[in-house]
Amino acid sequence: MHELAVTQSILDISLRHAKEAGAKQITAINLVIGEFASIVDDSVRFYWELFTVGTIAHGSQLNFERIPGEMTCTSCKFSFHPASADFSCPNCKSEFVQITKGDEFRVDSIDVE
Amino acid sequence: MTIRVPIVENILNANDRLAEENRARLESAGVFSINIMASPGAGKTSLIEQTLPRLKNKLRVAVVDGDIATSIDADRAAQAGAQAAIQVNTGGDCHLDAVMLRGALEQLDLAEFDLLIVENVGNLVCPASFKLGTHKSVLIASIPEGDDKPYKYPGMYRGVDALVVNKIDLLPYVPFKMDYFERGVEVLNPGVVTFPLSAKTGEGIDAWIDWLIKNVNGNS
Repeated sequence: MHELAVTQSILDISLRHAKEAGAKQITAINLVIGEFASIVDDSVRFYWELFTVGTIAHGSQLNFERIPGEMTCTSCKFSFHPASADFSCPNCKSEFVQITKGDEFRVDSIDVE
Repeated sequence: MTIRVPIVENILNANDRLAEENRARLESAGVFSINIMASPGAGKTSLIEQTLPRLKNKLRVAVVDGDIATSIDADRAAQAGAQAAIQVNTGGDCHLDAVMLRGALEQLDLAEFDLLIVENVGNLVCPASFKLGTHKSVLIASIPEGDDKPYKYPGMYRGVDALVVNKIDLLPYVPFKMDYFERGVEVLNPGVVTFPLSAKTGEGIDAWIDWLIKNVNGNS
């Protein structure tokens, strides 16, 4: 159900910026979504089809740029993809690590005509 | 001709702005507010039930309960002594958002309260994404859920200001490696204030009450 609110927000943002740009038609929405954002692309696409009917975004393409999660070891600076059951650094086994990528959750741009 | 229009706008920007309005409204009324999040059954309502009698004659408390359909939780909060208990039914949504909290705030005379406790919908994923405008976010983890939850729900563990570990009275009966749990928490949220307690026996609950009172008095 989370996706419903998210899809509405994407549409609101896109239509507002398209209007400001004087666009007649939105052809694509370019999204940047990190791994930790917990969004199911297919659900957003499903709602998108429904929500865009009657708007200048109808028929537009949703492009998801997915950013994989990344952790960086504060001891040896090694960056790695977090395994689900263990956060320690695979390089030096340190337990001092930070999340450095994967929170992205934005509308990056739209393509308009 | 196709033109690319750069935007770079956070998808939940509209919600975040409303959350800021909620915060301003709470601040101008001098109300400190917390957003309690947890999985279903972790003990959100039970902790609130244990908390309210301990704040009696100290703080005036309002509770906003988010739930998918029923008013069971708000009824329990009212029974336990909340001066006001408002139920927000999300109509199937898995989380509260800033609009829903705004609707609840409009039903309260905020000048009458010192503390607002918001009980979010039981869910370890979605509530983390939707800011409400409350001052502090609190996560209740509970022993029977298992020690791997920080690793499986990092978004929730990262965003909170305090962590309650409930049902510690069950530690002798379930396999829960506290050091493994704590290590996950420490990576995601270094130094987060933690309250191991049992809402059933009352063990450990005094530290939680002290934290609440200090925050309301602005001494956090």
